[in-house]
Formats: sequence, structure tokens, C-alpha cells
Amino acid sequence: MAKTDIIIHDKKDNVGVIVVEKVTKGQDCGCWIMENDASNNIKSEAEIPLGHKIALQDFKEGDTIIKYGHDIGKVVKSIKKGDHVHVHNVKTKKW
Amino acid sequence: MDIPKSFLGYKRENGRAGTRNHVIILPVDDISNACAEAVSNNIKGTIALPHSYGRLQFGADLELHFRTMIGTGKNPNVAAVIVVGIEPKWTKRIVDAIAKTGKPVEGFSIEGVGDIDTIAKVSKKAQEFSMWASEKQREECPISDLWISVKCGESDTTSGLASNPTVGNLMDKLEPLGVHLCFGETSELTGAENVCAKRGKTKEAQDKFMKTWSSYNDFILKEATNDLSESQPTAGNIAGGLTTIEEKAFGNFQKIGSRKFIDVLEPAEEPCKGKGLYFMDTSSAAAECVTLQAAGGFNIHLFPTGQGNIIGNPIEPVIKLTANPLTAKTMSEHIDLDVSKILSREMNLDQAGDELIKATLKVANGRLTCAEALGHKEFVMTKLYRSA
Repeated sequence: MAKTDIIIHDKKDNVGVIVVEKVTKGQDCGCWIMENDASNNIKSEAEIPLGHKIALQDFKEGDTIIKYGHDIGKVVKSIKKGDHVHVHNVKTKKW
Repeated sequence: MDIPKSFLGYKRENGRAGTRNHVIILPVDDISNACAEAVSNNIKGTIALPHSYGRLQFGADLELHFRTMIGTGKNPNVAAVIVVGIEPKWTKRIVDAIAKTGKPVEGFSIEGVGDIDTIAKVSKKAQEFSMWASEKQREECPISDLWISVKCGESDTTSGLASNPTVGNLMDKLEPLGVHLCFGETSELTGAENVCAKRGKTKEAQDKFMKTWSSYNDFILKEATNDLSESQPTAGNIAGGLTTIEEKAFGNFQKIGSRKFIDVLEPAEEPCKGKGLYFMDTSSAAAECVTLQAAGGFNIHLFPTGQGNIIGNPIEPVIKLTANPLTAKTMSEHIDLDVSKILSREMNLDQAGDELIKATLKVANGRLTCAEALGHKEFVMTKLYRSA
């Protein structure tokens, strides 16, 4: 089994979670999709720590982040595929 | 894995079984804490449950106070109870309700007597109860005597990926064996509320859930000065990679596996519709939530954590699990079960669920949890609004 750096809950998800201590910029990361047990790869565009999210596609302002197959918030600053996704570029749609 | 069909518990007078055998000194109000603590200091084998409230409360807030006091005393992890209050009337109301379980319970009031003489009187009764309880032996009890509550804390993305689904796996395996289960955290289901409501077994349960959640959300919208971004997710959640309340909610929700809930309970309400999963309307603050679940009669608690919450409860043992390998390493004295191997794919959820069942049964049989060994006894009343 290839080393898993990133776990993706659902095949509809457009972000994945780093499950190693960190990934570095330019790293070729192994992804595992839990829902269908599929694997693929993505190049990281930033240093991202354990537990934080990586963009699996390009996003523009107003796009929706999908995790667990569900809407978990809106993009407030454009994000490139492979970049760090967090409070600096995504906000809740509640409140 | 063949799941054991029994555990060694303390059989109680009302047919329930306890995983612990505590003798508690329960103050009705804040000003009776000193007396309760003095007694527990005098008499070995007793614990005092000090808290901050119990004066001038009224309406639903007062009813919740009584429900929490009475439920705590009735919990099968408690062998015997002494209730101490400033005035006799509220003390008696609590004593009479606990007495219905058939367990030894006695009430004392301080007004007109003073602390010192009350402490002497209560200490004599506490000694009698403690020595009586010490003779109780563990006996074989069916696994259906376990009432398991769950709540997660200091969550991060590893909670939603692995430790919460491990609890969900345990629920999926134990519910068919007739256990009672309970999840709560009304506020932390925000964003997943519609998906959660669909897990109600009946239309009635679904509607009751949405009514409970909406009433909470209306309160937030009314009271919030800006938004909840400073509180939900917490700074710890954000450090762990959680970005929004919706993400936290969907992670939280993994704890119930594929189960459906039978009913929605008021805070500290005892379930009465038989075995299965219940949702309890609770705060998402760890100690408040577990205190309410213990008062609802739950006798063992599962607590998945990401960044490392350290909570315990005086009467309900709290088992902690984490899937965060850094937390498992840096806070090992707080972690009863490390399931971080799920993330490196060296362990699957089925195996993790089995490990959690084993850990739960060990604690049910008497093994101390990390929180018990470290002396965590957070007893925190939920207060609904200001007092009169």
C-alpha cells in the first residue's frame, strides 16, 4: 500500500485532510478516499500541518467547500489546487 | 470479535447496575459546598460534589437544577447519597426523589444548626454509608445494563476521520445488544442539523430534534453580538485544522455511526422509551454535557478528543480516545485508547471499534480511567438564565 499523506472522506469532497505530521511545498502526496477505497496523488503547493486541509481543485470566491459529502462553508479568497484551506480563505455559511 | 455478553457491575435496588460504587455528599446549593467538602475530607470512601448554583433559581432553570441533583443521586454508579442544603424544603425534595430508587439516602440542612454541628451529624451518617457500601461486591450483569453516553471535545479533523467513527462503530455493534446510548451537543450539530434530524426513528423524534435545535439557534441569533467565530470552532479546534462549525458538526455526528435516535431528551432527563440511542439537548461544553448525561442515568462515557481535552466526571467514568498521533504522544496520561493507527491505515475502523469495546468493558469492570487516576471530578451544572 502506498504511503497515505492525505485522507478524503467522500468521493464528492473537494478537500482532503493531512494525516502525517506535515506535507511540504512541492511534495507529491498520496491520497486515500475512504468512501470507495480509491487512491490518487496530488502535489502540495504549501507546507500544511497534520489535521489541516488541502484543496483538491482550484476555487474562486463564493465557491462551496465539500467535506463528508456535505457543504461545510464558503470560499472567501481564491484558492489554488494543492493550497492550504483554512480560516484565512474559508468561512461558515451560518452566523 | 465475539463481544462479551456481560460485565462485572454493582446491582442496585431498582434493577439498574453501576460501573462504580460511590457514596456521594451532594450539596443542594453553593453555600453548602464547605460542609459537603468537610465531610468528604473526614470520611474516607465518600466524595463531595461541589458546584456553583442552587439559590434563587426559578422556573425551567430551577427544574433543571433539581433534575440534575436528583438524577445524579439516582445514577446507578452511586451506592448511597447524603444531601446537604441550607434549607430543609429543597433538600427534602431531592432526598424524596432519590429515595424512590431504594438506595440509602439522607438529607441535612444547615440553617439554625451551623456548619460545625452539621458536619458532625453528616459525618456520622456518611461513615455508616461508606462502610455499608464497601461491602458491595461486583456481580455479573448483562451488557445491556451499560448505559453509554458520548461527547467529543477539543476536536480536530482527526476526530471526524477516526476517533468519532470509532465510537460510531461501537454504537453500531452494541446497540443490537440492548444497551442505552446517548449523544448531545445541540450547538455543535449546527450545519449538520438537517442531516441529523433525518436520523430520528420517527417523525415525532425528527420534529422534536428540529424544534430543540431551532430554539437553540434562535437564542444564539438573539444573544450573539457579532458571530460565534471566536467560540465555534474554538481556538483549539482551529489549531487542529477545523475551519467552520459545519465541518465540526459533520465530524461530531460520526459518533452515532449509522444508528437512529428514538427520542429527544431534555437536559438531564432520564430516557424512558427503552434500549437504543437518544439525543439529549445539552451544551457542548464538556463538563456541562457529561454532568447532564450522568444525571440522565448513563453509567459509562466515551470521549473522543483531537487536540486533548482532559475532562472527567465524579460519578461517570470518562474513557478518552484519540486518533491524533501527536496528542497520543504528548498527552499520553490522558488517553485511554490510541486509535491513531487508523490514519496510517495500520488499523481499520472495525478493529478500532473492537478495541474500544474491550477498553469500555475493562473500565465497566472496574479499571480506572486516566481521568479518574488523575483526579478529574468536574461536576458542572447547566444554568439556563439569571436567578431571581
